[in-house]
Amino acid sequence: MSSSRAAESSLLALNQQEELEDLPREYPLSTSEDEGDSDGERKHQKLLEAISSLDGKNRRKLAERSEASLKVSEFNASSEGSGEKLVLSDLLEPVKTSSSLAAVKKQLNRVKSKKTVELPLHREEIERIHREVAFNKTSQVLSKWDPVVQKNRQAEQLVFPLSKQQSVFAPIEHVVSGWKARTPLEQEIFNLLHKNKQPVTDPLLTPMEKASLKAMSLEEVKMRRAELQRARALQSYYAARARREKKIKSKKYHKLLKKGKAKQALKEFEKLRKVNPAAALEELEKLEKARMMERMSLKHQNSGKWAKSKAIMAKYDLEARQAMQEQLARNKELMQKIQVASESAEEEGVAEEEGEPFVPDMVNEVQVKASGPNPWMFRNHSSDTKEAEVQGDPEELAEPAAQEAPESEEEGPVVAEEILLKEFEERRSLRQKSGLKQITKPVGSQETKDPSSQGVLSELRALSQKLNRENHQSRKQELSSTRTVLAVQREEPAGEEEEPLLLQRPERARTLDELEELGKEGCFQNKELPRAAVEGQQWERNPSNHLSVPKEKKRKEQMIDLQNLLTTKSPSMKSLAVPTTEELEDEEERDQRQMIKEAFAGDDVIRDFLKEKREAVEASKPKDVDLTLPGWGEWGGVGLKPSAKKRHRFLIKAPEGPPRKDGNLPNVILSEKRNIRAAAHQVRMLPYPFTHHQQFERTIQTPIGSTWNTQRAFQKLTMPKVVTKPGHIIKPIKAEDVGYRSSSRSDLSVVQRNPKRLSIRHKKQLKKNSVD
Amino acid sequence: MIQAHEGFVRGICTRFCGTSFFTVGDDKTVKQWKMDGPSFGEEEEPLHTILGKTVYTGIDHHWKEAVFATCGQQVDIWDEQRSSPICSMTWGFDSISSVKFNPVETFLLGSCASDRNIVLYDMRQATPLKKVILDMRTNTICWNPMEAFIFTAANEDYNLYTFDMRALDTPVMVHMDHVSAVLDVDYSPTGKDFVSASFDKSIRIFPVDKSRSREVYHTKRMQHVICVKWTSDSKYIMCGSDEMNIRLWKANASEKLGVLTSREKAATDYNQRLKEKFQHHPHIKRISRHRHLPKSIYSQIQEQRVMKEARRRKELNRIKHSKPGSVQRVSEKKKRVVAVVK
Repeated sequence: MSSSRAAESSLLALNQQEELEDLPREYPLSTSEDEGDSDGERKHQKLLEAISSLDGKNRRKLAERSEASLKVSEFNASSEGSGEKLVLSDLLEPVKTSSSLAAVKKQLNRVKSKKTVELPLHREEIERIHREVAFNKTSQVLSKWDPVVQKNRQAEQLVFPLSKQQSVFAPIEHVVSGWKARTPLEQEIFNLLHKNKQPVTDPLLTPMEKASLKAMSLEEVKMRRAELQRARALQSYYAARARREKKIKSKKYHKLLKKGKAKQALKEFEKLRKVNPAAALEELEKLEKARMMERMSLKHQNSGKWAKSKAIMAKYDLEARQAMQEQLARNKELMQKIQVASESAEEEGVAEEEGEPFVPDMVNEVQVKASGPNPWMFRNHSSDTKEAEVQGDPEELAEPAAQEAPESEEEGPVVAEEILLKEFEERRSLRQKSGLKQITKPVGSQETKDPSSQGVLSELRALSQKLNRENHQSRKQELSSTRTVLAVQREEPAGEEEEPLLLQRPERARTLDELEELGKEGCFQNKELPRAAVEGQQWERNPSNHLSVPKEKKRKEQMIDLQNLLTTKSPSMKSLAVPTTEELEDEEERDQRQMIKEAFAGDDVIRDFLKEKREAVEASKPKDVDLTLPGWGEWGGVGLKPSAKKRHRFLIKAPEGPPRKDGNLPNVILSEKRNIRAAAHQVRMLPYPFTHHQQFERTIQTPIGSTWNTQRAFQKLTMPKVVTKPGHIIKPIKAEDVGYRSSSRSDLSVVQRNPKRLSIRHKKQLKKNSVD
Repeated sequence: MIQAHEGFVRGICTRFCGTSFFTVGDDKTVKQWKMDGPSFGEEEEPLHTILGKTVYTGIDHHWKEAVFATCGQQVDIWDEQRSSPICSMTWGFDSISSVKFNPVETFLLGSCASDRNIVLYDMRQATPLKKVILDMRTNTICWNPMEAFIFTAANEDYNLYTFDMRALDTPVMVHMDHVSAVLDVDYSPTGKDFVSASFDKSIRIFPVDKSRSREVYHTKRMQHVICVKWTSDSKYIMCGSDEMNIRLWKANASEKLGVLTSREKAATDYNQRLKEKFQHHPHIKRISRHRHLPKSIYSQIQEQRVMKEARRRKELNRIKHSKPGSVQRVSEKKKRVVAVVK
């Protein structure tokens, strides 16, 4: 360091010298010093002259040459012009100590006090220093690019050209301002516009309009602002609350919420009906619309994915069964027609009143049967019947058509029934709790087009006829008890659905008694139908509520064809019995197993596998090394074995190998041998940027295709590293591109600004060149 | 055809704006020409002619200003408006074969001389900066247009050397694949690749950070390739060769030209990425590296491989059979740098 500094200082000194030599004017400091000195001397001289001229004798006039002297002697100095001769004494006069010498002395002293300048360095050495300094400077300048270069090297993607030309949006005023009205018409129009202060360039608002807009009062603005604030706050609160509630995962909570909402709606509806019937009607219409939508969408039918899965589960799982039932109930609820109590309907009801009273309850019971005990079995049942049809009952092919006709006929009476029921209810204060929906609910069931349900229905009707005939007298006794049961049923239809089996049992118990009675009559054609019997019993209870038997006959006539159909043994009835199907399945499984056993009777695969595995494990275990030499140190020969002690001594036990990977996997053999064929496709060495094999494995394992990734991730993963556009010139990177300030001076101007050194250098070089 | 110079034309370069170009020849003149041809009946004449004192062997134009540099016995910086150089720099006496301006820090220049050295200059300070002496002569250098301090030198010893100009004692990367002297080198405008032309009648494309080429171009009729340039949209490469032809190559041989649908683009991107992902697997590597080569090049590669292996073995043996520590292994990078002169 110190040496270089010294060198630099010497360089500086040298520079100064050079410059003194070449261009004395460049350094006026030293010259001005000299001038000052000479000036002083001259003044001093003048002063001396003036003093000497005071005495007349020694007057000495300095010669001023005004013209060239004629006599030029080579021996003596010319004194032409002064008119006086130079006398020797003048020359001999001793040198006075003039004050002018003091300055010189001072200068000398100053020079003495300074150290001597070091010898200038060799030219090459100087150049070397020059270069080093320049190189350091340049390196510094260049190092500002380091972060940019690093960034670009590591960039995920580089899009060239780097500097994007930003599209400039010129406002319309700027575009228009260049345009001038030329034709007289245009000028006229412009004049008009200017007169009215219409905006020419910004064609939105006149100044008047702007002013009027601004004129909204402060209070108004404040109020409006407060209002807006409040609205915004409320909105945010609601949003937060909704979000919070949405986050609650509990199903129970949501169920309760829904129920609560439904109840609320119902209450409101009741209120509305009392207060404003028109609005209630509208509400009803809405319900009707929902029903229509439901019918269209089949959302709550059993056709959905969830419903199908539940149907499978329902066989074994009570909860699933309940869920299914609930869904069906919901479906019916939604599908059922809501009756607007119109006069025409009433009339109809009146017309057919005599015939209908007991029908709804029978229907009710059917519904209860359908939705209550085991609705999910219904589907199976229906499919079974379909199968039966396919199997070939040519008579049954006509069935659906036959069924539809009576159904359409039924619908008329149903309306009447409802009204009747309503009246009935009003009469009975006990049942007031059951709402409109519950009353109408059973009606939906009649619309079900399941042939099976129809079949059951018809059968039930047949049963009811007989029962009615029989139990006319006992009806009144049972009336009270059945009523209560019905009340319970109606009040808690949901509860019943939830636990159909629980409720079923007592009913069943009761039915048994009645079944006996029925049995006497011999009314059961099909004894495999306990369920039907139950329904029959239930139904039997219901007619006790109603009176008219003769009307029933009418119904019977309508249903006759159905009855006939049902006399043929339907296979669907079988499937109703759950246990039988389960048994069947078990049997099937057993069969399957049996078949497999028979097919693979000869070979015991499992044992073979275990054996194989044992062998593989044995083979992979490291072997002990026995170094015993028979006959060494003892007798050897045929039949002689080395002693156990010796063998023990020379046996080298193999260290236990690493635990097998398939140790805990009984059904797997994992071979850890190197596979040569696979090795040909494997990477042998860890590639460069990775530091651990796991890193590499992970990158290889991660898929990048669109099959395994989202579209966005795929795009990100397959992004090309460098993007260029054909025909777009990519210019070298600029300081401005990366946010640096580029030097304001151009290279050329810098070169031209210090031409001195260059010129010197150049001169020298040129000289050299010419010498060479 | 016009007679521009008497004798060889040693160098040619365009002005940064593309309106004119400069030539130097053995007749000690520098001439500036219009890019457009003469109109009908007009004679083609140079815009300016500068008579110099020495023979100029190379020329390059500044990237932003009206300045150009010539080389011969010394490096001269010329203002376009003047007939004498505004600055001339020299370091030792030797014929300088080429000079190149730095495209980013435009006041920097690099030159290579026939005494095996590469010299860097600073135009503003009008002084050379540093000199690196390599094993063999460097034919030309090229600066990286995206990384201001990186340049690549095309050497006679079949290799290319990429240097960081702040640390010249070790090249950043030695690019080897040619089997004969490398005559010219040019960077892609993206700064990610460069192309080299060689006396072995082929041109090769190297990634900047890889020591092996990713592509080799050759045709039966192409002779020694003297000069090579990368187009400024980075899509094509042009080369001029001894049999007096200029050839235009695609920079990425498998790239489809023209408009791509988005699905096509996605598919090519995906394929590219897959190749990249599995590039280390032996078979993939083999396929991606496989190139057909002319027999001469192929056999020379084999020969040189044998020679290299023999040299390596000898070195290992020497280390093995001498006193430990007395023979040091020198890395391939350092081996080629003879000295750095300040």
